Amino acid sequence: MPVAEYAGSQVEITEDGFLTDSSQWNTEIAESIAQGVGIPSLTDMHWKVITFCREDAAQQGQAPGLRRISKQSGVGMKELYQLFPKGPGKLAARVAGLPKPKSCV
Amino acid sequence: MKRLLILGAGTAGTMVANQLAGKLPGDWSLTVVDPAPEHLYQPDLLFVPFGMQDPGRIHRPRRPTLRSRIQWVKAGVERVEADRRRVILEDGRRFNYDLLVIASGSQIRPDETEGLLGEHWHRTIHDFYTAEGATALAGALEAFDGGRLVVNVVEMPIKCPVAPLEFLFLADEYFTRRGMRDAVELVYATPLDAAFTKPVAARHLGSLLEAKGIRVESEFNAASVDGDQRRLESYDERRIDYDLLVSVPTHMGAPFVEASGLGDELSFIPTHANTLLAADHDHVLVLGDATNLPSSKAGSVAHFQSEVVVENIQRLAAGRSPVEGFDGHSNCFIESGFGKALLIDFNYDVEPLPGEFPLPFVGPMSLLKETRRNHWGKLGFRWAYWNLLLPGRPMPVPNRMSMLGKRAA
Repeated sequence: MPVAEYAGSQVEITEDGFLTDSSQWNTEIAESIAQGVGIPSLTDMHWKVITFCREDAAQQGQAPGLRRISKQSGVGMKELYQLFPKGPGKLAARVAGLPKPKSCV
Repeated sequence: MKRLLILGAGTAGTMVANQLAGKLPGDWSLTVVDPAPEHLYQPDLLFVPFGMQDPGRIHRPRRPTLRSRIQWVKAGVERVEADRRRVILEDGRRFNYDLLVIASGSQIRPDETEGLLGEHWHRTIHDFYTAEGATALAGALEAFDGGRLVVNVVEMPIKCPVAPLEFLFLADEYFTRRGMRDAVELVYATPLDAAFTKPVAARHLGSLLEAKGIRVESEFNAASVDGDQRRLESYDERRIDYDLLVSVPTHMGAPFVEASGLGDELSFIPTHANTLLAADHDHVLVLGDATNLPSSKAGSVAHFQSEVVVENIQRLAAGRSPVEGFDGHSNCFIESGFGKALLIDFNYDVEPLPGEFPLPFVGPMSLLKETRRNHWGKLGFRWAYWNLLLPGRPMPVPNRMSMLGKRAA
């Protein structure tokens, strides 16, 4: 498994860049991951989404899909695309230190 | 008398009902609830727009598709009260049950995307996931005299994830045969980051799209359609203008799922990946398009699931525990035009790989490769569906996916 350095810590990541161990995550690492994917800094709205994702994942046992995030976090679809460009479901999970959301075949 | 109640008599519900009709002991009654008077062969919806199948020939009356032991209640479901083990129908009737199978499928929801429904629906904006839609689209394609035809998948999951690709491959053939392929620009706008969800198949299918001159706009998440301007717009403000839009809208589970508090945000029911028991109720099984499982929403998947459901219903009826029998197995033909097709075979853990199916070298089907034999296999499937699959007779295909015959990419 590849290793990446975020905020001075070495963490193991998957091929797609997701943390393999969610417990290694912290807010500094989140900022560092975000910078690495082209989000220069995390605003309050970013954190609202990240916090929702982490709490929901803890409850549901899996990272929330995009539809679930937009319905339950209070942040609408359009805004999610502005905060986490291109694939907000995947990007938010990555920044939040969660595994890649399960996709269907 | 104990009752097994099955909600939905589509592919999944009918297979389970017919298989169990021959297996459940005599002290069980079998009841299937479905409001539609006819059974629709959905795979033919792909062929209707191109005049390759007559819309009048894709339905059959329902009663003969169900064995005589089965009681068919021609009504819609209002809601399921799982805690009280009863179902309330739209007409007010109540059915108590001992075991419940939910096979209520999924449906397209064009109302979930701004601008799909309205004055342009089935005029310049079409679907081929309903009989009505496919028939209207046949007329529109016949009258199409050139321009940009866009096929857009709004979001996943959808029924038959390869169908939008098949549509484009067949459209390439259709316009070529009409001598007007150069006058048509074919575009595939997909939320996926590649032609397909799995890398090896994505490479093969991506090459086919390129070879046939079909443009792919990937990571395109449709937000709205402006029917007057004929413009499709994504959430990140990308725009694709079209002359004809073939939409594969958001799919959701049956409305009663939400009313019953059973489903997720898309009204798909949380289901155990291998036993097919509903996540929250130990006397309810779910299969087919109604589940939230990551396996494809496809007839072959429903078939493989049905064998596990049939086994587990019998076990539950006998007071035994269920088996983890389903491995996510899916087996799908992909029409690629000009009398050829590909075949893909995969499960939860193994992506589509090249090789032969079901036997190594001998086949007779080829995996991830365009062959005429595969195309005949797909056409021959129609007979197998009505005469083997639906009645619950054995199919010459292993239930669990096998690595036999497969090669590394």
